[in-house]
Amino acid sequence: MWHTYLISAFKTNPLATRGVCILPTAVVSFLPWQTSLNQKTDKVRLEMEHKDKSMIIDGRALRFTEGETILEVARRNHIDIPTLCHLKGATPTGACRVCVVEVEGARTLMTSCTVPATAGMVVHSESPEVIRSRRMTIELMLTSGRHDDCLVCPSSGDCRLQDLAFRYKVKGATFTPSGVKYPMEAANPFILRDFSKCILCGRCVQACNEVQVNEAIDFGYRGAEAKIVTKGDRALKDSDCVFCGECVQACPVAALVPKNARLVPRMSETRAVKTTCSYCGVGCQMNLHVKNNRVWHVTGCEEVAPNHGSLCVKGRYGFDFIASEHRLTTPLIKENGAFREASWDEALDLTARRFKEIAGAHADAVGVLTSARVTNEENYIAQKFARTVLKTNNIDHCARL
Amino acid sequence: MTNPISDIEKADVILVTGSNTTETHPVISSAIKRAAKFGGKGLIVIDPREITLKQYATLKMAPRPGGDIAWINGMIHVILKEGLQAKEYILDRTEGFDAMAEAVAPFTPEYVEKITGIPGNTLVEAARLYAGAEKGSILYCMGITQHINGTNAVKSLANLAMVCGNLGIEGGGVNPLRGQNNVQGACDMGGLPDVYPGYRKVHDESHAQTMEKAWGVTGLSRTPGITATDMVDAAIDGTLKALYVIGENPLVSEADLNHTEKGFHNLEFLVVQDIFMTETAQAANVVLPALCFAEKEGTFTNTERRVQRVRKAVDGPEGVPADWEIVCDLARRMGVPMEFKSAEAIFTELAAVTPAFSGLSYKRIEKEGIPWPCPTADHPGTPRLHVGSFAKGKGTFFPIEWTPPAEVTDAEYPLALTTGRVLYHYHTGTMTRKSKGLNERSPECFVEMAGSDAKNLGLSDGTLATVTSRRGNIKARVKVSRRMHKGTVFIPFHFAEAAANRLTNAKLDPDSKIPEFKVCAVRIGSAPEARG
Ligand code: SF4
Ligand code: SF4
Ligand code: SF4
Ligand code: FES
Repeated sequence: MWHTYLISAFKTNPLATRGVCILPTAVVSFLPWQTSLNQKTDKVRLEMEHKDKSMIIDGRALRFTEGETILEVARRNHIDIPTLCHLKGATPTGACRVCVVEVEGARTLMTSCTVPATAGMVVHSESPEVIRSRRMTIELMLTSGRHDDCLVCPSSGDCRLQDLAFRYKVKGATFTPSGVKYPMEAANPFILRDFSKCILCGRCVQACNEVQVNEAIDFGYRGAEAKIVTKGDRALKDSDCVFCGECVQACPVAALVPKNARLVPRMSETRAVKTTCSYCGVGCQMNLHVKNNRVWHVTGCEEVAPNHGSLCVKGRYGFDFIASEHRLTTPLIKENGAFREASWDEALDLTARRFKEIAGAHADAVGVLTSARVTNEENYIAQKFARTVLKTNNIDHCARL
Repeated sequence: MTNPISDIEKADVILVTGSNTTETHPVISSAIKRAAKFGGKGLIVIDPREITLKQYATLKMAPRPGGDIAWINGMIHVILKEGLQAKEYILDRTEGFDAMAEAVAPFTPEYVEKITGIPGNTLVEAARLYAGAEKGSILYCMGITQHINGTNAVKSLANLAMVCGNLGIEGGGVNPLRGQNNVQGACDMGGLPDVYPGYRKVHDESHAQTMEKAWGVTGLSRTPGITATDMVDAAIDGTLKALYVIGENPLVSEADLNHTEKGFHNLEFLVVQDIFMTETAQAANVVLPALCFAEKEGTFTNTERRVQRVRKAVDGPEGVPADWEIVCDLARRMGVPMEFKSAEAIFTELAAVTPAFSGLSYKRIEKEGIPWPCPTADHPGTPRLHVGSFAKGKGTFFPIEWTPPAEVTDAEYPLALTTGRVLYHYHTGTMTRKSKGLNERSPECFVEMAGSDAKNLGLSDGTLATVTSRRGNIKARVKVSRRMHKGTVFIPFHFAEAAANRLTNAKLDPDSKIPEFKVCAVRIGSAPEARG
């Protein structure tokens, strides 16, 4: 099944599958000593002569370590080369060509996310040629599918394509839109796939295959029919997908969004609070996105250990319990086998009195079960309470691993 | 863990056992899969089930439940026989090698095959693969520990690591994957009957005095308390009369639930503090509401000992204080004031009295968590334990004998039951089963078994079956699956209405007091479908 549906050359440049080719992608050799564009560069180049592992970006001499790409050197030095398909931790594909730069001596523009820095290389990150190319790329993306409805798009304000369009003042009016080829898919509890927004950047494919290694999705079909598909182009719910949502976090547009994204506040309206996942012992760092005292989205924190942006389905989508209507809100006291509501004073006084009576009458007759789910501070207080107030070491927690 | 999560991808070979990592620790499983798939690293996966991770394995083994010590000793046996051990490391950094070597001598591949069903040549290959790597990392989870001899199985894994010089190096280690988010922290903070925060023994006079001074109290009990599982027995015989349960749901999570229930119902006074009306709260005399992680400040410590911040994102239900505030209030009402201004103030105190935490503060862990031990304010934290030398000088080998599980299958109860988690739920399901989406993906309890077992029992996929052990019975849907080997069935323990722990055996590991959740004997028959 898999093979009949899908093109065999998955691992090739996905752009070839889009029928959209802006510039030849062949890697071109370049001559670093070729004539420079301006005098400033010349001067800096003289200064750095004989110093290997240095290059020039936008007139600045910058050191690099072997294997770093032009993009990495630029980012480290706060030179803002825009990217779209580039996904940290995955093999650069050079698919989107948003990150192109001009390298002196090269015959064509080069994708900075794929090309390694070399000694003496001279790069212009925002030359007229570069800007022209980026505008064309963005223009084509805006005309693939539907991108004329930013006003009601759940990703508005949190969309890389929108940001790029703004930065390069592209309105997407140059070409005829390609129209909507595949219907939306919402047949699962967590993820909405809106193919009309997909720009085939491949970040989701890399997130799924190279970062989480769940191998649920890939490029499928050829040319203008290209689509991100599961094996056999089934619905996500019937595929190998485990709903980790790595692809949703990676998608730069609204092609992959939380199932309810159109019904809840947009990410850009929320405030992010960084915290630690309360499920398993990995302790993933996550952002709770809050508006009006409610958590609406959860995303992984990208720059920190231990998870570097990844989460699993529980951490990312298992937060309904916070606002559940079944939460306990008031103390309860059992009388004649049934609970009745009580004030905090009454419940705590009763508890304090009974603990005091029992602990006073018999040594070690009271125990405390603290929890592997509550905080260190709360565990510390619980054991201090057992030991100093109840005067017992009868303190434990349930699961021992 | 002795080593950080980031070390997994630095190992040359990774051995994973007793951990269905892709479902229980998904984000760690990604690191393992990346290492195997893209890093060209060897991956050995040992589990009674054909778990997903095995698809990425260089080599996989499926021992019968309860056979762990046998194959571990067997691997050491092969390594020693073929002279693959790290001779210098053993000489310089360890002690007790000879006794250990003697203990593993009987564990020939043939003998191991008899106990575990692992083909002898597979065991030999596994031993060569693990010992042949420069850096080998061992990851394990409850599949190893939740056995009557779990502590010994962990020690034998340490033997295996030390034989190959893999403890105390980058990319090595013997790494337990902690199940619950803050089980590491609960232990570190002294939520155990025999130790104060920082694992100092309560019966050690000098430690007790140190704590008395730190807390400004006298008369701390020098007698270790009783464990959760022993509390149940003590409640049944009447010596334990009152229990205060904070954020746990033992009436689903404890082994042999019928027995546990008996204990809880025998208590004179039970207080349960939780965010939901759990099964345990139902049994309480007083129920106190609590805040969840998104509503309070604090810290959790993850499986790699990394102390990380928990931050308040939303207000909780009106008037509900944090767990620590409730406890402090109780203390005050009992006439022993325990006053703190904030979670941070508690952290400051606990760091001051816990040597491994002395250098930690909220400020230091603001951006990224720090793994303890972190003794001073300028100490970077300790991602790897035992580097250069072991905490106690030399690493000790322990001679470990294999013992069969407490309960083995017989004619009456012919199937081995093993319990565990599924991806979409967590622990007793208190939180995850409130999620519509997670429930949709995993709506109910099931009993997973091999097609041949189902056929023999006259059951098919989706039929309702009754699973019976010597302690109780539950109903669950049959899930026929290629992941199971003949003779072993699996039931997840998240579902209170069909709680797997009605079946499990509360027999304890004598050292760790962990019950043998991972293997007991059951029989299965078809159940009449409920009408309605
Ligand atoms: S949710 Fe996770 S498993 Fe599913 S397609 Fe996205 S990345 Fe892959
Ligand atoms: S779904 Fe999103 S991430 Fe995937 S290819 Fe389309 S635009 Fe890129
Ligand atoms: S997101 Fe998943 S893997 Fe990460 S800590 Fe939470 S439950 Fe564990
Ligand atoms: S970011 Fe470099 S080609 Fe897409």
